[in-house]
Amino acid sequence: MIQQAARDYAQRELIQDVIERDTHSIYPAKHVKALAELGFMGMMVSPEYDGAGMDTISYVLAIEELSKIDASTSVIMSVNNSLVCYGIEHFGTEEQKQKYLRPLARGEKIGAFLLSEPEAGSDATSQRTTAEDKGDHYLLNGTKNWITNGNTASTYLVIAQTHPEKGHKGINVLIVDRGSAGISVGPHEDKMGMRSSDTHSVMFTDVKVPKENRIGEDGFGFVFAMKTLEGGRIGIAAQALGLASGALERSIKYAQERKAFGKELAKHQSIAFKIAEMAIKVENARNLCLKAAWLKDQGKPYGYASAMAKYYAAEAAMWITTEAVQIHGGYGYVKEYHVERLMREAKLTQIYEGTSEIQKIIISRELLHVH
Amino acid sequence: MIIFVCISNVPDTTTRIKYKPGNKEVDYTGVQWIINPWDELALTRAIELKEANPALVEKVTVISVGKAEAEPTIRKALAIGADEAIRVDMVPEDAYTTAAQLAEALKGEPIGLILSGVESSDYNSWSVGGMLAELMDIPSVSAVSSLNFDNNGVVVTREIEGGKQTLNTTTPAVLIVQKGIAIIPRIPSMRGIMTARTKPLRVVPGVAIDPLVKVLDYQAPPQKSTCRMIDPENIEELVDLLHREARVI
Repeated sequence: MIQQAARDYAQRELIQDVIERDTHSIYPAKHVKALAELGFMGMMVSPEYDGAGMDTISYVLAIEELSKIDASTSVIMSVNNSLVCYGIEHFGTEEQKQKYLRPLARGEKIGAFLLSEPEAGSDATSQRTTAEDKGDHYLLNGTKNWITNGNTASTYLVIAQTHPEKGHKGINVLIVDRGSAGISVGPHEDKMGMRSSDTHSVMFTDVKVPKENRIGEDGFGFVFAMKTLEGGRIGIAAQALGLASGALERSIKYAQERKAFGKELAKHQSIAFKIAEMAIKVENARNLCLKAAWLKDQGKPYGYASAMAKYYAAEAAMWITTEAVQIHGGYGYVKEYHVERLMREAKLTQIYEGTSEIQKIIISRELLHVH
Repeated sequence: MIIFVCISNVPDTTTRIKYKPGNKEVDYTGVQWIINPWDELALTRAIELKEANPALVEKVTVISVGKAEAEPTIRKALAIGADEAIRVDMVPEDAYTTAAQLAEALKGEPIGLILSGVESSDYNSWSVGGMLAELMDIPSVSAVSSLNFDNNGVVVTREIEGGKQTLNTTTPAVLIVQKGIAIIPRIPSMRGIMTARTKPLRVVPGVAIDPLVKVLDYQAPPQKSTCRMIDPENIEELVDLLHREARVI
């Protein structure tokens, strides 16, 4: 029923103006509000904190359906749910949950996760942003890059270095109000895909953050980021799955309608085989996503499974969306048929929340016991 | 007042309908079931009215004739926002048996309004609402495209040839509703989906009633003929084909 609700919303509402939003990089404010009212923005948060209390499997199903139509919107939902809400709910204090988690789970406020820096993307240990310990508060200085929800978010989770001499063990995570003095947001990034999601750099100049806004013990920031990203990867894997299955659905429809050389494309073996290969990859990606989600729901370790799901789904999405454009021919290369947009969006799933190369590092380290 | 909404469990509108050998029965294997689209709009309007007039509308109850397989559809109606559900445990054989089962189950219920979709998207009989009102001996209004309350009670707008007609009706009444009663069917919220699991769903036995319809045969509509493309420069061929093959000129 959750999958059906997400599908109904995506196919009836989200699809409207999706091409215009992509062309002009328009933030889907109306849809974020509607999804919040339906409970999607905090769907995995406990009802105790105004969330919907759904499991990760339901979350995967919902993200897949929304991503078939508009991955720019599903990434806003994914970041809010699996990075920001998850991080505060699982590692925050009761006061932090009451103050910050409730409005985020209701979707009245949106959160952002600030880890990447101009010179620290995949290499998250090289944080240049500093959170200097000033007794009752931290003084935050530095720049964060590629921040989804960078301008619309009210609540930032900022990863910053407090004890450079301790390396990654000196990193902290702070909850920062967007309205704090000393924060400036850079211009909207003009991206290849996911164009209507709100990506910015964020600069901190002597921003005072109360001590009680630190999540966990002193130095917990790096572990926090890694733990949170383990779950975040399931969201992005599900998004890649949606891009892949959306491209497959459109290709099946087109192949049955379009004729070439006197018969439907579907009756040409070269196209039929492509469709079969696409379906196999979609099925594999879905199984990996659901397995990672199931492990998380069972309270079992899921970092390895979520890395595998994210790697496979992203690679499958890139291949499937590219083939979908090929099946559509000239029509695939114009915006009206959507598949070129899915292809542009798929590219990002190989990059953000851990590149495909980082996923292979995680998977191989687990197998080879090299840390 | 309690608003009852009749819910028909129908195959998804994109289903490819197949028939069992002999063409006397529909083959429902692998079919995805949904709330009949007109009933979904009726339910949406009933919930909107309850939310806007909490003092007037006490609750929204959905009622459906069907076996246990219909329960996912009924639970979806509860997730959308109905307060409770009644399932009449019988196979709906034709419009008359469906109406008669509903009438029997609703006997003695404190009825304010009964909303019934103008037709179901599977058998399109356009009959259940009218029959139900007749069997229950209460008024009915057909072709209702808007429903509101004012100081005079229930205000409905009907679509009529060349315009619209607005009138008041007494209660209890059956309103046979069509498109326009609500604009977009409501999508269940996460909270709605969670609470639907525990909302009351009463199962009542059906009564033995013989159907009035006997199906002799089903036939699939003929396949759409293929489109032939003519070169825009070749008007002579187009005229020739329209004259000789299509015989329209």
